[in-house]
Amino acid sequence: MRIARCSGLKFHLPRLACVGLLTAHCFAAPNSTSTSIFAPNSTPADEIFGLSMFVLAVTGTIFAIVFSLLLYAAITFRKRADSDLREPLQIYGSDQLELAWTVIPVLIVIVLFMTSARVIHSVQDARRPPGTIEVTVVGHQFWWEYRYPQYGFVTANELHVPVSDPAHPTPTFLALLSADTDHSFWIPRLAGKTDLIPNHPNGTWIDPHDTGLYLGQCAQYCGTQHAKMLLRASVDSRADFDRWVKAQQQIARDETAHSPEAMEGRRVFNATACINCHAIAGTAANGRFGPDLTHLMTRETIASGIALNNAAELRRWVQNPAAIKPGSLMPSMNLTDKELDEVTAYLLTLH
Amino acid sequence: MSTQPLAITPWTLPSRGRVGMFCLIVAEAAIFTIFVVAYIFYLGKSVIGPTPQQVLEVPIFNTVCLLSSSLTIHFAERALERGQMASFKILWFLTFALGAIFLGGTALEWHRLIYTTGLTISTNLFGTTYYSLVGLHAFHVIVGLLGLGLVMVLALASKVTEEHAARVDVLSLYWHFVDAVWVVVFTVVYIIGR
Amino acid sequence: MASDSVPIQGAIGLPEESGRTWSETLHEWVITVDHKKLGLMYIGMALVFLVIGGIEAAIMRIQLATAHAHFVSPEVFNRMFTMHGTTMIFFVAMPVLFGFGVYLVPLMIGTRDMAFPRLNAWGFWITLFGGLLLYFSFIGGDGLYGAGNAPDVGWWAYAPLTSPAFSKGHSTDYWTIAILIAGFGSVGLAVNLVATIVTMRCPGMTAGKMPLLVWLYLVMSGMVLFTITPLTAAQLMLMVDRYLGGHFFDTQAGGSAVIWMHFFWIFGHPEVYVLIIPAFAFISEIVPVFSRKPIFGYPIMVAATVAIGFVSLSVWAHHMYTVGMASYSNAFFVLTTMAVGIPTGIKIFNWLGTMWGGKIHYRVPMMFALGFLFQFLIAGLTGIMLSAAPFNWQLGGSYFVVAHFHYVIVGGILFSLFAAFYYWYPKMTGKMLDETLGKWHFWLFAIGFHVTFDLMHIPGILGMPRRIYTYEPGRGWDQWNLLVSLGALIQTVAILCFVVNMIWSYFRGRPAGNDPWDAWTLEWAVPSPPPVYNFATIPEVLSRRPLWDAKHPEDPDWKYE
Repeated sequence: MRIARCSGLKFHLPRLACVGLLTAHCFAAPNSTSTSIFAPNSTPADEIFGLSMFVLAVTGTIFAIVFSLLLYAAITFRKRADSDLREPLQIYGSDQLELAWTVIPVLIVIVLFMTSARVIHSVQDARRPPGTIEVTVVGHQFWWEYRYPQYGFVTANELHVPVSDPAHPTPTFLALLSADTDHSFWIPRLAGKTDLIPNHPNGTWIDPHDTGLYLGQCAQYCGTQHAKMLLRASVDSRADFDRWVKAQQQIARDETAHSPEAMEGRRVFNATACINCHAIAGTAANGRFGPDLTHLMTRETIASGIALNNAAELRRWVQNPAAIKPGSLMPSMNLTDKELDEVTAYLLTLH
Repeated sequence: MSTQPLAITPWTLPSRGRVGMFCLIVAEAAIFTIFVVAYIFYLGKSVIGPTPQQVLEVPIFNTVCLLSSSLTIHFAERALERGQMASFKILWFLTFALGAIFLGGTALEWHRLIYTTGLTISTNLFGTTYYSLVGLHAFHVIVGLLGLGLVMVLALASKVTEEHAARVDVLSLYWHFVDAVWVVVFTVVYIIGR
Repeated sequence: MASDSVPIQGAIGLPEESGRTWSETLHEWVITVDHKKLGLMYIGMALVFLVIGGIEAAIMRIQLATAHAHFVSPEVFNRMFTMHGTTMIFFVAMPVLFGFGVYLVPLMIGTRDMAFPRLNAWGFWITLFGGLLLYFSFIGGDGLYGAGNAPDVGWWAYAPLTSPAFSKGHSTDYWTIAILIAGFGSVGLAVNLVATIVTMRCPGMTAGKMPLLVWLYLVMSGMVLFTITPLTAAQLMLMVDRYLGGHFFDTQAGGSAVIWMHFFWIFGHPEVYVLIIPAFAFISEIVPVFSRKPIFGYPIMVAATVAIGFVSLSVWAHHMYTVGMASYSNAFFVLTTMAVGIPTGIKIFNWLGTMWGGKIHYRVPMMFALGFLFQFLIAGLTGIMLSAAPFNWQLGGSYFVVAHFHYVIVGGILFSLFAAFYYWYPKMTGKMLDETLGKWHFWLFAIGFHVTFDLMHIPGILGMPRRIYTYEPGRGWDQWNLLVSLGALIQTVAILCFVVNMIWSYFRGRPAGNDPWDAWTLEWAVPSPPPVYNFATIPEVLSRRPLWDAKHPEDPDWKYE
């Protein structure tokens, strides 16, 4: 009888190769677009990483042992071509063996449970040191609202937090709310994900160790454009962060005097339904359904991270949001080309 | 093996009907448990509208009727086993009547709640959970009454004999379950919830 | 095997009916209450839905093979992942596993049919109706070109996405009602299986002498009774919200989205044990026969399964580690989840112990069984990783989870099902499946499976969430997604081999005879396919392996049990 070599190297090469590739990938230097959970740069993410490595070590050991035993049994006890027709010795069980291989897993479970419980407590029940930044995150279909109650302003889609010095920590605690359906805040390098659920306030915290841009996206299916609800967190030096805060606290500067086109754009903006959804501090626009646009031009992207924030993309977005993000809740207002140019000119003044 | 004596004692296994009904009861109990959990979870959480304390009246009479029907069905069963067909028919009819009174009483209560106090299933969380839980139970009472009614009709047509005692027993298991659920619903809605 | 020394009598020779028209045959199948025909109908229905669910998966994999692809719109993609999950769980996995149970259990316990044959038929037709209703959503209502098409809320249908405010039209209603109806069918089947196993075993077959498959189906059916029903309750509540203006999950009225999650996962987690336990059952019958030894540690296998049944009820919130439960709640579920891994995991040791010291015949069923053992080991270990809540805060909701559960369902359950197909197809049809084509099926599927689902763990680790119709380039996800999609292509070819094998072998396969595998349980005592009455006379058994006793009268099992 042909003996199938399903226990040979061929069978397991894909898996071994993948482990090798994965290892290489994990330890590659993370660049600013990395969203790997194995490149942590903030205490919650660090603690999770530590636990993950321990769990991987334990499960890896179990795998190596049991895999080897299975492989050994599969090969050693196969029926050879020359063996006779007698049945092998009929064994029905072994109480000692079964006790042993129950007790050992119980011990492993106890160890894994204790280490997990420690990290759960350390992350979830962390205290707020003085100097903590408080941000309220409100999830919307399909964009992020950020409120800074300590500083009294609202912004959208691009989060700015100060870098945290381990000697004098200044973490950012994020209160997580939702205006409509379930969402989830996930920037892997900074923390594990936490959901935003309507009528169920949650919280999470981060204390990034290095400045830079950290990416993520919504991790709980929230509707058509769930895939394009991207997260961008800019971790700034303390000085840069303070400067950013000060700028955000200003009401909108009126620069339309320099540009008749922008002045006309502001008129279109106020006359069309824009002001029902959007807010621009210091003007009549105070809608809360859509993102706050007071300092729109301080952001690098629009539409929660999926398009660059420049004149061409802004115009394209205002003309027909569904062209860039089908399923977005912003309707096209069917503006004429002239009105589009004017509104874009106005938006470009919102620094 | 054909030479071995078969050392098997008389081979009796439980009856199919009882096991089947027992399984159905387990499944139904799980459904009711979830509705009861929702009811308890939402106690005190209504944002607007009438509260249980304000509008619920404890249905003592209805409850006595329903729970008595468990007694009458039990005695009806015993009568059937002994072949006392006249007692069986009377007690069975009583069971049906008591169940129907319970149902009628629930209908009256709902009429009062909807039209006098203005509590509907869409008024608030209390309304939603109350009508759903009590309604689910009432639905099961209706199904039970249909079964009881069928047996009653067959009994009046003299088609029911003591041979059918096992099947009637299965139906009465269901009826006892419906009563047991009412004990839980009554406690949760009218005692704990108020 | 001399028939006069086997006390279990097979068929009385009845002449074959001939000259039946196709409409008479169709009529016979439509009105049948015979458990064997109904079992085959369940399996057939599941295979059709498997192909449809596979097409949905293929559409998703083509869309995800490259970043920013435009193969399908986001609306279509979101319907695809919802329908794929819903179809595979409710209209493939449950029916096919129930189908095998319904076919095999009466034969294995030495009786003629199920306890409630008409309930059996009702269960099939109501499940089929549920499946058809779900797919009618593609064209019903304002489907096709309007909104209100196939459901697109994910197979968990989280609130408040399913509320009338966010789910306009009837797509969510199709999801709710189709599964509600199919759920009644499942409960009916479970009642039937429990009643059959408890009340219809042949003389001598005490609880300790039932084949392990029968025990496992008993536990699985018992679990279905209180597993499916929480979902039924939650769906009734959802219907109250959507049709009667109720507020069960209406967050605007003070309702809770989290309580839907609790109710759903109180169903959802035990459900996956409902699916895996029959897979364990097949392995527990196949590995012993092909290792030529009895199952190692039968009592512990039974006890472990019963333990899983109970403990699995306490683990559900490990699907909810990220919703903001208190730290001690999270810790509790870590403990229970890891605990349930113990009775699940030690079964691998029992199967290993069965193989140890045996004479393993690597026929196709055993090849698939061996694949199951390796893959279930890995799936269990990634499950342990996910059970550690902080690790889950990163891995949860990502492609790591998708990889994990496909590893269990495809690498575990589907491999076990393939083993079961190759093992019992001869009994059901009287013909052997072709061995060569079977090996092609095995190798192609194993390679495709590993390319797809081994590599799929990586995008998860690199931060790729699930349920996204496209993704950003530059995050390192592109090449892995492409490879994952290629593996799906290989698996498709393998499935083709399987389908061809089943059809070809039905007409041209080698005749199987009663007992092609030299096995030990009662179904191998009757002809293939069995006559409608199963056994000429109801057998009497003295041990767990009645045919072993018959074939080895000098060394019967009942001396050692």
